[in-house]
Amino acid sequence: MPSDHKTGLRWSNWNLLLIVPLLMLITPWFNQDEPRLFGLPFFYWYQFAFVPLGVLCVGLVYMKTKDKPVVTGKPDKLGVDDLDEGAN
Amino acid sequence: MQWTELIVFSVLFLLVTVMGFVAAKWQKGDTLEHLDEWGLGGRKFGSWITWFLVGGDLYTAYTFVAVPALMFGAGATGFFALPYTVILYPIVFLPLVRMWSVSRVHGYVTPADFVKGRYGSHWLALLIAITGIVATMPYIALQLVGLEAVLRSMGLNGSGILGHLPLFIAFVILALYTYQSGLRAPALIAFVKDILIYIVILVAIVYLPSKFGGWGEIFNDAQAKFDATPVKTDGVLLTGTNQLQYATLALGSALALFIYPHSLTGILASRGRNVIKRNMVALPAYSLVLGLLALLGYVAISAGTKPIVNQATGRPDTNTIVPELFGHNFPSWFAGIAFAAIGIGALVPAAIMSIAAANLWTRNVYKEYIKKHATPAEEAKQAKLASLVVKFGAVAFIVFVDPQFSIDLQLIGGVMILQTLPAVAIALYTRWFHVYGLVAGWIFGMGYGMWLLYNIANPNVGKQHFAGSALPLGKLSLFGWHPFGNSAVQIYVGIVALAVNLLVAVIVTLIAKKAKVFNGTDQTDPSDYHVDEDSPRVKPVAAH
Repeated sequence: MPSDHKTGLRWSNWNLLLIVPLLMLITPWFNQDEPRLFGLPFFYWYQFAFVPLGVLCVGLVYMKTKDKPVVTGKPDKLGVDDLDEGAN
Repeated sequence: MQWTELIVFSVLFLLVTVMGFVAAKWQKGDTLEHLDEWGLGGRKFGSWITWFLVGGDLYTAYTFVAVPALMFGAGATGFFALPYTVILYPIVFLPLVRMWSVSRVHGYVTPADFVKGRYGSHWLALLIAITGIVATMPYIALQLVGLEAVLRSMGLNGSGILGHLPLFIAFVILALYTYQSGLRAPALIAFVKDILIYIVILVAIVYLPSKFGGWGEIFNDAQAKFDATPVKTDGVLLTGTNQLQYATLALGSALALFIYPHSLTGILASRGRNVIKRNMVALPAYSLVLGLLALLGYVAISAGTKPIVNQATGRPDTNTIVPELFGHNFPSWFAGIAFAAIGIGALVPAAIMSIAAANLWTRNVYKEYIKKHATPAEEAKQAKLASLVVKFGAVAFIVFVDPQFSIDLQLIGGVMILQTLPAVAIALYTRWFHVYGLVAGWIFGMGYGMWLLYNIANPNVGKQHFAGSALPLGKLSLFGWHPFGNSAVQIYVGIVALAVNLLVAVIVTLIAKKAKVFNGTDQTDPSDYHVDEDSPRVKPVAAH
């Protein structure tokens, strides 16, 4: 495995996609009745639409970051002493 | 007494009982006398089993009866369950694989094990373990509320202690096969539970709306009902004052869910990092079901469903809304299947939660303070016994104490478990926080959160204390200073308490670092957090 013997955090810009579903928390954007879809007020079908959107975002991150860290060996936010302690 | 329903229910219940006992032999390792085996199913569940197990664990019977009941009673605010379970997976996607890897390298069984390894402090670990146990106990009791709602709908609605007898029998059976088979029992039963749930919801969501004039009609009926009530915060849309509460409750619940010990049990039982990642993509299928199920609360309004009166407490129990809706609108054989889906849906999470609580007790209290040199077999024995105690404690809670108390406690439990977020989740990324800071943050976050919850009153239902988790911002005060005036905008208490927790943790950490106080020894290595199943560094299963 390439993941062994590497230190610190692994970061990929694809991870930023994970923030997209959080937009669902901005309630003023969708707290309204119209337009309705199949009789469902906008408030409800808008949030249902976030289920596939969330799956898409998480799925993309999974596919794109499989065993392929973009930035490796980025230092952990630890002091040198802490890292030494960890190696003991 | 509804005999057809009762017979279908009993047959399916019998089926899962047999499965529960047989599960001990399913994919078994060399021994069941080890927590890796009894408490984590051998740490080798693949994608499918994990999907059913974690799905069965997170989307509980209580959720399935309480969320529609909330929609029935209050409207749009109850729908927070959907954003909660959508934003959940992107939030936990990265931290969970780190937790899995570090636990796999060091053989951690509980979140408190990780905290102890990360900070070298068994006191901090004890704090995390106790928080976990206390927060999980009422959650188990609530599964019984879900189960009992179904039993009472089938006509088993006796009064007094005798009225709880069916519940008691169901739980004795559950306790016995969990004792014998450990985590394998709920893992196997979860297949039946989830398949039944999917069938029932799909049928309900296609058949019932057409019966009551379509969704447009149903939403209009719901709005008409809420317009007729004197309460201002209900309705099929959010109001000006409860939007912040809606968003913060969804966020707080999502942050809390995977630091509950029972959720981590399901994750640690999986085989590898990719199993977890695939599940983060596939688990929202349950969220879709939960969202659809929530809407059944409105269908029940159109159908004129009345909650039945619980003979043990003498009050109408809104949690019986969904069972009653099914009972009156489905043919009785299908209603029986629906009741079984909810009933079995209570058994799976109850089993996993009791195992998680038992693991915490065994690893972080028993082995740490009572019997330091316990062998793996002694640990397994202790955990099995603890799982029995936990379950009977939950039954006693429901039988001897008003079930409302469990509901209040579960509400409190969510706020409590959030206070372990810095020590369990943030510590996965950094050891910047000082152990003193984490302890101080926990104390202040917990204390402030409990105090805020205690002071929330709801005159509409005649409760002076613990009447919900929505706090008007105007009630926030700092030594008598009200930073938000007398604003009626509501916020979730858990988020406020977590903010206080983090603030205190930061301040104390800065002081402790300035004073150069020793910050414990970290037994983990930065590379531990990326190790996968095929690495030579993973700890062999069931070895010490």
